[in-house]
This record gives sequence, structure tokens and C-alpha cells, in this order.
Amino acid sequence: MAEIELRQVAKKFGNLWAVKPMDLTIHDGEFVALLGPSGCGKTTTLRMISGLEAVTAGRVYINGEDVTWLSASQRNIAFVFQFFALYPQMTVRQNIAFPLESQGMKRALINQRVDEVVKILRIEHLLQRKPGALSGGDKQRVALARALVRKPACFLMDEPLGALDAEFREAMRAEIKRLHLAQHATTVYVTHDQVEAMAMGDRIVVMSAAEIQQIGTPAEVYHTPTNLFVANFIGSPGMNLVPGKYADGRVHLPGGSVCTVPPAWQPALAALPSDDVILGFRPEATQVSDTGALRGTVYASDLHGSYTMLHISLERTGRINGNGGDKIVHIRTRRDVAYPLGTEIRFDLDPEMMRFFDPKSEKALSKEARG
Amino acid sequence: MSQITLKNITKRFGVVTALNDVSFEIRDAELFVLLGPTGAGKTTTLRIIAGLTKQDAGSVCFDGQSVDALPPADRDVAFVFQQYSLYPNMTVYENLAFPLRAPLRRMKEEEIKKRVTETAEVLRIGHLLQRKTARLSGGEMQRVAIGRAIVRSPRVYLMDEPLSNLDAKLREALRVELSHLQRTQGSTTLFVTHDQIEALTMADRIAVLNHGRIVQVGTPEDIYDRPATAFVAQLVGSPKINLLPARAEGGALIVANSAIRLPVGETRHAPHHLPPEFILGVRPEDVRLDPTGMFVGEIVLIEPLGVETLLHIKNGEQVIVSTVSGIAPARIGETVRFQVVRERLHFFDRVSGARLM
Repeated sequence: MAEIELRQVAKKFGNLWAVKPMDLTIHDGEFVALLGPSGCGKTTTLRMISGLEAVTAGRVYINGEDVTWLSASQRNIAFVFQFFALYPQMTVRQNIAFPLESQGMKRALINQRVDEVVKILRIEHLLQRKPGALSGGDKQRVALARALVRKPACFLMDEPLGALDAEFREAMRAEIKRLHLAQHATTVYVTHDQVEAMAMGDRIVVMSAAEIQQIGTPAEVYHTPTNLFVANFIGSPGMNLVPGKYADGRVHLPGGSVCTVPPAWQPALAALPSDDVILGFRPEATQVSDTGALRGTVYASDLHGSYTMLHISLERTGRINGNGGDKIVHIRTRRDVAYPLGTEIRFDLDPEMMRFFDPKSEKALSKEARG
Repeated sequence: MSQITLKNITKRFGVVTALNDVSFEIRDAELFVLLGPTGAGKTTTLRIIAGLTKQDAGSVCFDGQSVDALPPADRDVAFVFQQYSLYPNMTVYENLAFPLRAPLRRMKEEEIKKRVTETAEVLRIGHLLQRKTARLSGGEMQRVAIGRAIVRSPRVYLMDEPLSNLDAKLREALRVELSHLQRTQGSTTLFVTHDQIEALTMADRIAVLNHGRIVQVGTPEDIYDRPATAFVAQLVGSPKINLLPARAEGGALIVANSAIRLPVGETRHAPHHLPPEFILGVRPEDVRLDPTGMFVGEIVLIEPLGVETLLHIKNGEQVIVSTVSGIAPARIGETVRFQVVRERLHFFDRVSGARLM
């Protein structure tokens, strides 16, 4: 049992806000991903939950109890770090048993706990080995087993997969999630990798510049990002964000393309202080068509295995994003049609998947509620 | 114009064989990617081409001429490393001009200016020319480093994980730009990476290297659609291919510890002479949810990635990953029926991992 609540928690290093005052409630049994680029404050937030970092302001509650001034060891929380901090001279069994031994637990109970946990993680066959003889993935499983064996009320994980090769990362990601589904321990998971956050989190807390940008389920942060930062950060590539001018139910885009705005969006666009607006759409919310309303030329085209990503220049000045150059948009297509560089192409957007943003505030506009 | 051939290159460091009889050809104007895990021998290969490391056996040829006796400076290659290695106190302009100012070149200042300006334009760093490199962002620095390589039009570009230190968003953007640049300039490029997405998206052709040996050379389509070994199959593609132990018995393919059996008669694409035991490979996009599918399983894990959702489906002791588009309205514990795309099954030898057809 662990419900974690942060009330106006903040951290300052000197004059610098590492975390601006934030409110966050993590429910019992929930898996929450703290996601953001390096330096956004996610690790500091995690350390304040753990007690490794003192807060500058605000309060931390675990199960309603104010733990703001309790030390890390008094909070019954397990930390899993990125690094395989295993004792090289001990066997796997000794490594996993170590936290229980230092608590003075009885031998029989320790053995029982270790046997349980190695079964869940499928590392029974490794018990007599030394860490030096293990693969990266197995070392990480042992590190995880050592955290798990204490049966903590809550897991705090700081980029635990960061040091792993890509080939293990996918499997370990599923392993940790599987474990969570079996045990339902409250988990706070820090990562800079949006794929990990999406795949694992019940909810995602997107952070940037020491502030929470959005809290939501994977579907919410993907389909209804609250601002330009989240729209760009979530997805690979992120949402296409194209500046345009709004007039009479249409957005005029660079290169002469015109996008018809669905009626439900029109009041929000008309209410903007100027005619400047940013159109957002996901690469998969597009359809190549001879009569498409948007047009451009193929700037690059690449295979991603099961599909092709086309990179389209909406203008044809030969230059790219920024510096008054062309805007490149990414559209996802089937891989059985080839589009050579320079091909002129037309495409349509799925009206349900269009999003609009205010370029000044960088916030998402809201559609008129359906009557 | 240049074409590069490696013939039977072997390199040992003490008792360790870093490269074992490596041969391949990089065609003129091609973007050739060397893909492999850490320690496969990628960087050693690149250093041997540049002349920075001497091979123990074999030969490197540029346009049919052996360059084995040439020191690095005379091979006319340009490097781009993972670390930017720019001169921090010089401006971007001076950094770009530096390779052109080599005494032997005796290039006129006018010509230098023209080349630097053109290069900066191509890499869209024109507005940064007067800035000190210490004041640039990571992405800008890597553009300048690439600029310094391309400014002097060498015979070949050698790029060693140039995007690895950048964050995901920048990496995506630079990948597209490098690919566009290489195709419009037609420069011969060897690009070393451990990242399968970089390899698939950028390469004209890919060589997969493992334990110092070439495992497969082919176009991205070849590597993805017809991987030569189970190792290659699981190296490319995200999510990873499902590799399932299987056997052929009584006219059916049977996946071990599961209720999955495919009648061979319906599997026209199955090899005619399958060994009794083998590994069956199925890419996640070829496992399709289908209410009339012949297989049944229980959803044990759901990974919503946004554009698609990965469903982990359990049948017997086996868990098979399926990719479905969008954010799927699936529930854990739900029973689903599924189908596999027969013509896209892969078969590998159980011991050697070699492709069986």
C-alpha cells in the first residue's frame, strides 16, 4: 500500500529552480512515468519522493502521512538505479539475499523470499553465478530481484534501462511491466525515452523546464497534448506542427496548401487574437491522394521495417526548417509504393486527428463540445 | 567518385580476433551502413579503411587501387565522430575553413569563402558562421562537425556513430538531413552504427557485422524481409521479431509448448525439407488479430506506443507480440483470436541460426 502525494513541492539549487512548485498524486498500485528531457527536473522530483533530496518548499505525503522530513530509510521505498550496483564477489543468490540479511531476517525466510523472486524473474538457473559472468540483461534482472525481495510498498526507478543495449531494453521493459501487473506495487519511473513512458505508464507526467507540462494516460498525451512541447516530444517523430494563417474556415499553410478546418474547431480559431495558428497532425493521420488538399515534394523517404516514412517539403525553396527555409512534414505510408526524391505529392489529413495551437501561448486550442 | 573494396581483412589484437576475413564493396555514391552490436568490429573496420589501424591480412582498395601502403593523410577520407572535436575558440566559419587551409592545398581565400558559405547553407548553419563553437547546442555542433567533413569534398566519408550523442528528437531530424544530403550530393559514405533504425532508414545497403564477421550484406528491404540468420532477424525491427522453437510433425508445424499448429499443406512458403526442429520467426506486424483466426490466446501485456499498440498474447507457454495500429481498446486477461501472415514466416536452423530458405 502506498499512495504518494506531492503538495506544492519545489526544489531550488542556489537561484535555480530545479523543480517549480508542483502538485501530483500517485495512486496506490499505479505505475506513473516521469518523462522529460535531461535537466527537466524529473530525477530531482523522484529524489524528493524518496527522501534522498530535501524539499525547498512543499510537503510529501505517503498514505496520508507527512514524510517530508523523514529520511530515505524511514520511508520503506526501494530504489532501482540505472547502474548494476551488484557486489562482484558475491553470487547472485548472495546479492539478492543481502538486503534481507542486513535487516536481520531469519535464514529460512530469506531463502523462501529469494526463491519466490527469482522464479518471477526467471533467473533460477543463475543463482550460483557471480555477476561478472552475466549478460547485461541478466545483471539488470538480478538488480531488480534485489529491489523486489524487500517487498517495498513503492518502487522508484531512475532510468533503470538506460545502460542496457537496445536488444535487452525491449524485453526488460516488458519484464518490469509484467512484474508490476503481478505485484501492483506503486511505481514511479523516471525516463527521458517517450517510448518507454508510453509503453509502461498507467499515466505519464510530462516535464520540461522544471514544470509539469501535462499529466495524462498514454492516449491523452498522444492524441490531446496540452501544448506544443508535449505534441513534439511524444511520438517518433513528434506531431507535425505547421504554422499557418486562419481565414474563413481555412488555414493557409506554407507553399500554398490549404487545410479546411472542421466546423467544431472554427470558433476556437476565430477567437484567436491574430490569424496566426499552428496546425498539428500525426504522421499516420494522413492519406496520400491525387486530389489531396496539401501538397509538397519528397525531401527524403525511408524504410522503417513495416512501413515507410516520407519527409515532405511543403515549399520548394530547397532549404529546410527554420531560417526562413522550408517546413518538412513527416507522413507515414505503406512500404509498397516508392516515392523518389523530388516527387510531387498530395495528401489529405484525417479531420478527426487535426489539432490546433496558439503560437503565442503555445497552448492547444479546444474543440467546441459536441451538442 | 570513389568505390571502396575490402578483401579478406583480418585483424587481431593479441589473442582476440577483431575482424575475421571481412570482405565487402562500397559502391560509388552509396550510403553504406555497417550495423552491429557493441564489440562487433565496426570501428576497427572504419579505422582500417582510414589507415589509422593496420590490418594483419587482406587489402583495402580505393577505385581498384590498393591503398595499403598509403598513410591516412594520403587516403583523402573525412571523418565524422560521435564526439564533435571542434576548436572551441574558433568561430564556426574558422572551423569550417580549417581543413581547406592545409598548407598543401594553397586554396585562395575567395574559394575558401565560397566553399564554407555553400556548406553552411546546405547544413543550415549559415546564421551561425560568426559564432564561437563553444556557444552552440549539441545538434548545431554536430552539424558543424559534418560541415567540416564535407567542405573539402573528400573521396569518402567515414562516419562513426555521429548521431549517438544527440537526443532522440535531434537524431531524427539529422538522420533525415544526412540522408537527403548524401543523396543529393552523391558522396560515397560509410556510416557505422549500432542503431537498427538508423541503418534501415538511411542506408542504400547494410552490412551486418557480428563477432568480427560479416553476417549479411543487402538493401534494408533484404535485411528486414529475408534476414540471413536469426541474429539478423532480431537485430532489425522494433518491436523485435517473435522467434519460437518449433518442430515439423505429421504434416504440421508445431510451436513448442503451445497449441499453435500450422498445417504444412496451407503453408506453401514453408521449406520442403524442414529439419525435425527449427526456429520459427514471425514479425509482430504479421501477427494479426482476427475474429476468425485459427489461434487463440490471452492478452498478458499491453504497450500503447501511440501510433501503434503492442499486444503480448499468451498461448500455452509462449508469448507472442502483435502490433495493432492506434491505441487498441484491449484488456489484460482478454481472450483473442489471431492469425499469422503465412507468406511472411521465417525459418531458421535451431543450432546455427541460419535461414532455412
